[in-house]
Amino acid sequence: MGSTQLPPGTDETLAATSAAVAASGEPVEMVQLLGPDGKLGTDPVFSDYAKRIDPEKLRVFYADMARIRRFDQEATALQRQGELALWVPLTGQEAAQIGSAHASQPQDYIFPTYREHGVALVRNVDLAELLKQFRGVSNGGWDPRENNFHLYTLVLAAQTLHAVGYAMGIQRDQKLALASDSNDPKAAVVAYFGDGASSEGDVHESMVFAASYDAPVVFFCQNNHWAISVPTEVQTKVPLANRAKGYGFPGIRVDGNDVIAVHAVTEWALEHAREGRGPVLIEAYTYRVGAHTTADDPTKYRELAEEAAWREKDPLDRLEKYLRTEGLADEAFFEQVQADGDELAKYVRSTTHGLEVPDIRDSFANVYAEAHPLIAEEQAWFEEYSAGFETDQEAAN
Amino acid sequence: MATMTIAKAINEGLRASLKSNPKSLLMGEDIGHLGGVYRVTDGLIKEFGADRVVDSPLAESGIVGTAIGLALRGYAPVCEIQFDGFVYPAFNQITTQLAKIHARSHGRLTVPVVIRIPYGGGIGSIEHHSESPEALFAHTAGLRIISPSNAHDAYWMIQKAIECQDPVIFFEPKRRYWLKGEVDVENAGLSEGPFKAHVVREGTDATIVAYGPLVPVALAAADAAIEDGRSIEVIDLRSISPLDFDTVEASVKKTGRLIVAHEAPTFGGIGGEIAARISERAFLHLEAPVIRVGGFHMPYPVAKVEEDYLPDIDKILEALDRSLAY
Ligand SMILES: Cc1ncc(C[n+]2csc(CCOP(=O)(O)OP(=O)(O)O)c2C)c(N)n1
Repeated sequence: MGSTQLPPGTDETLAATSAAVAASGEPVEMVQLLGPDGKLGTDPVFSDYAKRIDPEKLRVFYADMARIRRFDQEATALQRQGELALWVPLTGQEAAQIGSAHASQPQDYIFPTYREHGVALVRNVDLAELLKQFRGVSNGGWDPRENNFHLYTLVLAAQTLHAVGYAMGIQRDQKLALASDSNDPKAAVVAYFGDGASSEGDVHESMVFAASYDAPVVFFCQNNHWAISVPTEVQTKVPLANRAKGYGFPGIRVDGNDVIAVHAVTEWALEHAREGRGPVLIEAYTYRVGAHTTADDPTKYRELAEEAAWREKDPLDRLEKYLRTEGLADEAFFEQVQADGDELAKYVRSTTHGLEVPDIRDSFANVYAEAHPLIAEEQAWFEEYSAGFETDQEAAN
Repeated sequence: MATMTIAKAINEGLRASLKSNPKSLLMGEDIGHLGGVYRVTDGLIKEFGADRVVDSPLAESGIVGTAIGLALRGYAPVCEIQFDGFVYPAFNQITTQLAKIHARSHGRLTVPVVIRIPYGGGIGSIEHHSESPEALFAHTAGLRIISPSNAHDAYWMIQKAIECQDPVIFFEPKRRYWLKGEVDVENAGLSEGPFKAHVVREGTDATIVAYGPLVPVALAAADAAIEDGRSIEVIDLRSISPLDFDTVEASVKKTGRLIVAHEAPTFGGIGGEIAARISERAFLHLEAPVIRVGGFHMPYPVAKVEEDYLPDIDKILEALDRSLAY
């Protein structure tokens, strides 16, 4: 990385010491701390961040990863049973999501795509509410302001621009706050998107805007290697993390199946953003182990061997190995995690059945924020039309 | 009362909003130091600084998409799209995101973004600088679409658009930017709400509905019709979505005849919507079918022939003749 594009301070050291920060168009190295063997390695920069993670936090990481995987299985089952129209599984991406989500603070605002169930869990979104969209009872579900976790966005990459705009709003708020002596904690934004989405123009525009205005935003790309059936190689000729250099901000590739490294890197990036040093792109190198969605058939486009190879790098297995060998968690812990997962699955199953089917009248309610004559007219027509059926019914009785 | 051009009126309206609402901001290509290619934002950067009048990167989707994010954070962004034909890169953000966020969030989130678009032809310009894409947006629920035709409305309607909690697309009739008019800066008067049509001329024999750049044309046609002893009512629609059918209907019930004029192609245009609604609402009052005057089903033609494309006084008079012949 050329020092001209570097903010002063620790970044200089970072550039000098961590080859993981994209330095050129050359293939980028990957930050990894916890290897597939469950052994903890070191990184000149990010080990310091990893040291902040105490054993209790590690257990939380594990528990969250396990719970969200269990949730994923349950949602897949619900879809198979016809209870959900579609499901978007995350298995394989737990570390990328749980690690990054735990690096954010409550005041940070998160813009997910549609697969960030793990992030939603960490941000305390009620997972039953998350299923509303997939059950067809809402196009949203939760209140985004409650946990600073935005609604899912199905149009790929659209939210990356919203994230940057929101970050520009934070910058302005901070200026106003400075003027008014407020002590609000500094905030940043995280925008999640996939390797496929990285080809969309909106990602490019969002990075241009973010760089131009030094917006406090962290772009978190989960490179799970497939955009439905199309491999990453069709989306990009260079490692995605390297693209950041072209925009003038740091790009880091991290082992997305290593929850410790993901957390460390994201924490660094969020601090960087909150401190006003501008955006960061993180490419979490991971794998979508299952299908793209429940409507997809991966056997048509990829080798089973590839999937098997990635299962060897499973994010839960490696943390479990580490926790066990270091004596940081005992059998009772793992049993409890399993029990909690089953409990969550039970909760989700029962609440899904209970999700209320809305009245079409609700759809009239929020097309506009302010009164609108066409809505009023069409709703009045609908009421009259519906009442006609009731009258027919009465006549028939 | 002050006399000013439409461009100046919008400039003053923006200035008033920037002053009264510290969370409002302008963003767009070249709107800062240049003051926009039409100078509509002239001088505002000097007064409010580069954080409030943002020269954005050259990226329409980026402008609208980041405006959505700013709105989600509590700001009231006003985007300028440099020309009508360049709004399409932002079409996705406008129709799939901006229009729907309020509904998707069950009313929890509002995105009060205003998108200003200089639109329409008649300025002898080159490709993509003369289009009228309002119907494309009007078809999308969740958006409001307005277009002033005079300086007083321009001054007030832009301010009301910024206050509105819904996304508003503000179509500026670019060939009228230099049209002068009286502006009552103290009193919005009739234009208190930007979503109502105005009867700008009373008459008894037929009604002409127009908006934006064609309102002066409709008024001139009504003037010319006097020579044939015709008394023509003219309605300035002002708002394309919502569309004030009540005002149009009341007029048609009085005159029995309706002509709708707009620059956009007639096929699939707003005129068809008005014709259909009015024939549903006032069928028995109509003495003639509703007649549309608009552009042909072709890409906006080259400047040297745009005179033949654009609705003018003669085309409107011809439509009136046809209507009155029934
Ligand atoms: C604009 C747009 N085009 C196409 C689609 C259909 N689609 C949904 S997911 C997907 C692949 C996305 O891949 P990626 O960005 O890598 O994310 P992943 O699903 O692998 O997490 C496609 C093509 C869409 N949702 N939005």
